[in-house]
Amino acid sequence: MQQANTIPAAATDASVARPRNYARRYGWFIVPAAVVVLAVIIFPWIFTVYVSAHDWRLGGARQWVGFDNYIKLFSDARFGWAMLRTLFYTVLAVIFPMMLGIAAALAFHRKFPLRGLARTIFILPMMATPVAVALVWTMMFHPQLGVLNWLLAQVGLPPSMWVYSTQTVIPTLVLIEVWHWTPLVMLLILGGLASLPVDPYEAAKIDGANGWQSFRHITLPLLMPFIVVALIIRCIDALKAFDTIYVITQGGPGSASETINIFLYLQAFAFYNVGYASAVVVVFFIIILALAALLLWTRQRVKVT
Amino acid sequence: MSDLRLRSAGHYRLRRLIGNIGFGFAVLVLISPAIMFFLWMLSLSFKNEMENTDWPPVFIPATPTLDNYREVFERNDFLRFAWNSIVVSFGATGIALLIGVPAGYGIAKMHAMRAAALILIARITPGLSYLIPLFLLFQWLELTGTLAPIVITHLVITVPIVVWVMISFFEGLPPELEEAALVDGATIWQAFRYVAMPLARPGITVATILSFIFSWNNFIFAMVLAGRETRTLPVAVNNMLTFEQISWGPLSAAALLVTAPVLILTLLAQKQIVAGLTAGGVKGA
Repeated sequence: MQQANTIPAAATDASVARPRNYARRYGWFIVPAAVVVLAVIIFPWIFTVYVSAHDWRLGGARQWVGFDNYIKLFSDARFGWAMLRTLFYTVLAVIFPMMLGIAAALAFHRKFPLRGLARTIFILPMMATPVAVALVWTMMFHPQLGVLNWLLAQVGLPPSMWVYSTQTVIPTLVLIEVWHWTPLVMLLILGGLASLPVDPYEAAKIDGANGWQSFRHITLPLLMPFIVVALIIRCIDALKAFDTIYVITQGGPGSASETINIFLYLQAFAFYNVGYASAVVVVFFIIILALAALLLWTRQRVKVT
Repeated sequence: MSDLRLRSAGHYRLRRLIGNIGFGFAVLVLISPAIMFFLWMLSLSFKNEMENTDWPPVFIPATPTLDNYREVFERNDFLRFAWNSIVVSFGATGIALLIGVPAGYGIAKMHAMRAAALILIARITPGLSYLIPLFLLFQWLELTGTLAPIVITHLVITVPIVVWVMISFFEGLPPELEEAALVDGATIWQAFRYVAMPLARPGITVATILSFIFSWNNFIFAMVLAGRETRTLPVAVNNMLTFEQISWGPLSAAALLVTAPVLILTLLAQKQIVAGLTAGGVKGA
C-alpha cells in the first residue's frame, strides 16, 4: 500500500521529501544487526563504565567506589610502566612495518613473473593463526637449540637471548609483529598505488626526472592519504597486540613485556580485580577512540582529495 | 643524443639485466621470512624429537615421520576441539551474514554515516575490552561451559567485518537496477533480495572468507570463556604448551593443523582476500 503512495508522489513532486522518506524505509534492514550490536558491543561499553566505578571482585563482593579506581590507576607505577612499554612497542611496531610495507608495495606494484604467487606467499603471515605462529616462534627463540641463534652464528653474530632477557624481549616481540602485519601495510599501500594516475609520470619522464625524483615528488605526495590511513590502522593494531605476547611471554620475564593489554588481562582474570581492570579498559578505550577520530577525519580528507 | 643512445644500447641492456636480477633478489628477500618460517614449521612437524633438538639444526628430516601428528590426535581430544572451532567459526560467520548483509545494505542506502562510524569503532576496539562485561553477563546467565558464549562473543569480530565490507560493496553498486525494480512494483525487500544481493555476491564471498578466518584465528574470547570441553583449537594448542612437557614435534604438528585451514583458504581465495583487505583494512578484534 505504502508502495503505491510513495512512488507516484516521488515521481511528480516533492523531490526533496522523497529521499528522506525513501531512505528511512531502509531502517528495517538495520534492525537485526542493531539489536546484536547493542547486545554484544554497546552493552559491554556501558557496563564496563559501571563496573569501573566499583571495587568488584570476580565471584566476590562489590562496592561502589566512584572514581577511586581511576585515581588509583594514575598513581599505580605498574600501570605507568605498562603504558611506557606499550608506547615503546607501538612506536617500533609502527615504524618498521610501515617502511617495509611501503617498500614491498612498490616492489609488488611492478609487473614480474610469478607476481601473484609471490604476493600470496607474502600475505600468508597475516592470515596465519597468531597462536600457532607464536608457538613456532617460541621454539625458534630457544637460546640453546633455536634455529635463530644458529642463523646468527652463520653470519658471525653472537647469540641472543630473544624473549628470555628483559633487554631484548620487546624488540623480539616487535620482530614477530613486523613479520605478522607488514603484509597489511603492503596491501593498503598497493591499493593506493593502483589508483594513482599515470599522466604525471609521463610528464616527469619527458622533463627528464629519474626514478627517485619521480618517486619523491609524484608517488609519495599522491600516496600520502593512503600512507596516513595505513599508519593509523597500524597504530591501532599495534596498541591491540595481545595474543602473541600472551602466548610467548605472558608479560615476562618479570614484567618486562607487560603492556597495557597484558596488565589488563592479569588484573581481570588472574587477580579477579574486574573493577580496576574496567577502569583500565575505559582509559585505553579513550586513547583508541582519539585515534579512531583521527582515522575518520583522514578518511574524510582522502575522499575530498 | 640519439647517436649516444645507439652506442650505449648494449650497455643499457646489461644494466637492465643487472637491475632485474637485483629486483628479483629484493623480492626473494621480501618473501623469504614467510617461506622460511612455514618451511621450518613443516620440518619440525615431520622430524622425531632427536632431530628436532639436534645441533646444528636438521632442516630436511633423514627419516620423515608422522608420529607427531599421530600423537596430537592420541594425546588430546583434538577432533572435539576442531569440531568446536568449526561450530564457532561457521556459527558466528553465519549469524553475521544473516544480519550483516541487510544491515550493510540499509546503511549504504540511508547513508547512515553514524552507524558506519560505530561499526568502525567496534572494529578497532581491543577484543579484551569486551571480555569483562560479557564474562560477567554469561556467568549471570549461567551460560559458561557451553559453546553459546563463544559464538556470541565472536559476533564482536564477525559482524563489524561483514557490515563494513558490505557497506563498501553496496555503495559501489549502480542504484538504477533496484530503482527500476521499485518502479515495477517490487517491495524494497524484493529489490534487495532479488536485485542487489545477487549483484553483491562477490562482496558476500569476501565478507564470508574474512569473517571466517578472523573468527577461526581468534584466541582471547575462547581462552577466557571456554571450559575443558568447549575449547577452540587456538586455545587447545596453547594449552599443549602450558600444561605438557614441551616436545617440539607434536607442538609443531598441532600448530600446523590449526593454521592449515586458513592458509589453504588464503591460497585458494587470495584474490578475494586482497580485494577485501585493501578496501577497508579489515582485521579481527
